[in-house]
Amino acid sequence: MSTVTVTGSPAPAPARTARPEYKVTGRRVLRSEWAKLWSLRSTWITLGLGLLFLVAFGVIAAAHYKSELDSGRPLHRDDVAATALSLSVFGTNFAQLALGVLGVLITAGEYSTGMIRSTLAAVPRRLPVLWSKASVFGLVALVVATAGVFVAFTIDSGIVSGTPAALTMSHSGVVRSLFGAGLYLGLVGVIGTALGALLRSVAGGISVLVASLMLVPGLISLLPSSWQDNISPYLPSNAGESMFALTHDATSLSPGAGLAVFLGWTVLALAGAAYRLVRTDA
Amino acid sequence: MIEAHQLTKRYGEKTAVDRLDFTVKPGTVTGFLGPNGAGKSTTMRMIVGLDAPSGGSVAVNGKAYARHTAPLQEVGALLEAKSIHPGRSAFDHLMAQAHTHGIPRRRVESVIELTGLQSVAKKRAGAFSLGMGQRLGIAAALLGDPATVMLDEPVNGLDPEGVLWIRNLLTGLAADGRTVFVSSHLMSEMALVADHLIVVGRGRLLADTTVRDLVRQAGGDTVTVASDQAARLREVLAGPGVEITGASGSEELQVTGLTARTIGLRAAEHGIPLFELSSRTVSLEEAFMDLTRDAVEYHATATVETPGRAA
Repeated sequence: MSTVTVTGSPAPAPARTARPEYKVTGRRVLRSEWAKLWSLRSTWITLGLGLLFLVAFGVIAAAHYKSELDSGRPLHRDDVAATALSLSVFGTNFAQLALGVLGVLITAGEYSTGMIRSTLAAVPRRLPVLWSKASVFGLVALVVATAGVFVAFTIDSGIVSGTPAALTMSHSGVVRSLFGAGLYLGLVGVIGTALGALLRSVAGGISVLVASLMLVPGLISLLPSSWQDNISPYLPSNAGESMFALTHDATSLSPGAGLAVFLGWTVLALAGAAYRLVRTDA
Repeated sequence: MIEAHQLTKRYGEKTAVDRLDFTVKPGTVTGFLGPNGAGKSTTMRMIVGLDAPSGGSVAVNGKAYARHTAPLQEVGALLEAKSIHPGRSAFDHLMAQAHTHGIPRRRVESVIELTGLQSVAKKRAGAFSLGMGQRLGIAAALLGDPATVMLDEPVNGLDPEGVLWIRNLLTGLAADGRTVFVSSHLMSEMALVADHLIVVGRGRLLADTTVRDLVRQAGGDTVTVASDQAARLREVLAGPGVEITGASGSEELQVTGLTARTIGLRAAEHGIPLFELSSRTVSLEEAFMDLTRDAVEYHATATVETPGRAA
């Protein structure tokens, strides 16, 4: 049944002389990674989860605040300083897991499935693959996360209007903080892809991601407090948090400094990933 | 055209590929043969730059694979293990590969048709049978219309129809003037498609030859002849290029270098009665086993030696 067209032509193929001009370019590698990202169901599911976490937890936090306030009981210590902004970015803790894990899957998943052999056979210079994966997914995560926090804030400011937490978009620093949260989550996505490429293992990448974003801050609190004050603001999670906090005190970095530090961590992870990608056999 | 020069790959103490020198020429099918673990896959991985050589070099069409502007147009490779994401459809997989080179969609459609994957192209590749997966791998290898096609164990897991299809595909590609390099551990399969053979064992080059020469080297065609006048028959048949063996006192002789027909005629000329006259062709499998036996035996003894000196 499957007769082969190649063998069907005994005469030497004229295609030899008129071969099409193909060429690998940075833009085409980007296009390929874009297509790869959207052709997997896991992308849609995980991005959807990330968005859901952002909006749902942001709204739940606001609803919780409102009901505590309405009950007339004294507010919990954490809730006293709450604002519509801090409530609406409550979901970033959960969304960062979804987006970071998807980042890990995008790179480490290629190693676990064997897809990396096809990828690197097409782009044997290798580095364009890493840059493309990181920028394509970083951008997608940024857009999804920014949309998510803006939606969450819009809903939350409606819920808490008329309470001490009330804030509107026009309040100074709000828009900056919301973009900061989106940017933070975008960069978490980039760090995820870098960790996946560095460790070449889905489980390993997720472990390191969770450890660095969620466990290390807890461990640092075991250190003497003078050390804590010096180290703590520079941890990825804390530096990231100052990117989208409305107010800053002596123990936290300014939004700009937070962004710089968090970018530093991102670059470090990417550099490690690039080194491993170029130096070791696929 | 693939040119390997002193190509070497070491993993710690173990040398997987040991100073290989060979050239794979266009227009013919070149078989890459060796027992399992001979270093065939490692060599192929080095050709497309997935593994970096520990020593030596390998060039494809005059340049290292990674230095080509359109690598998929130079070499289309099917590597042994599945190299796809099981969650992606065959079409999406090929399209993603095509994007990197600016290969148009119609080329993707044409390789899908060529490999007979039309009906399953939109299904998840993870659900493919071994044979379908192999066809997808071949579709990916042909995607860039490559000057060199390199396939690692392409007939593994294929049904007879699929095996025949591969055979025709390979000879067709070579007739197109392409370089075709195919690995296998099955000599019989190679004999049907390959014109040229590169045989490796334990990472070393054992033979770089044609199928016919390999058989000849391995003892060629032997004729068994039996007669009660064995000693006289020996004298009658003796000549340059003729080798006769047989236990003294036995009626049976093994003759190489003469055809059964010639032996029969000579015996008749001299009035020597023959009880048996049969020719036996050394099978390619035997020739291959003969060639690789040392390599395999070496493997067995090497494990006994202390690892430090097993070089």
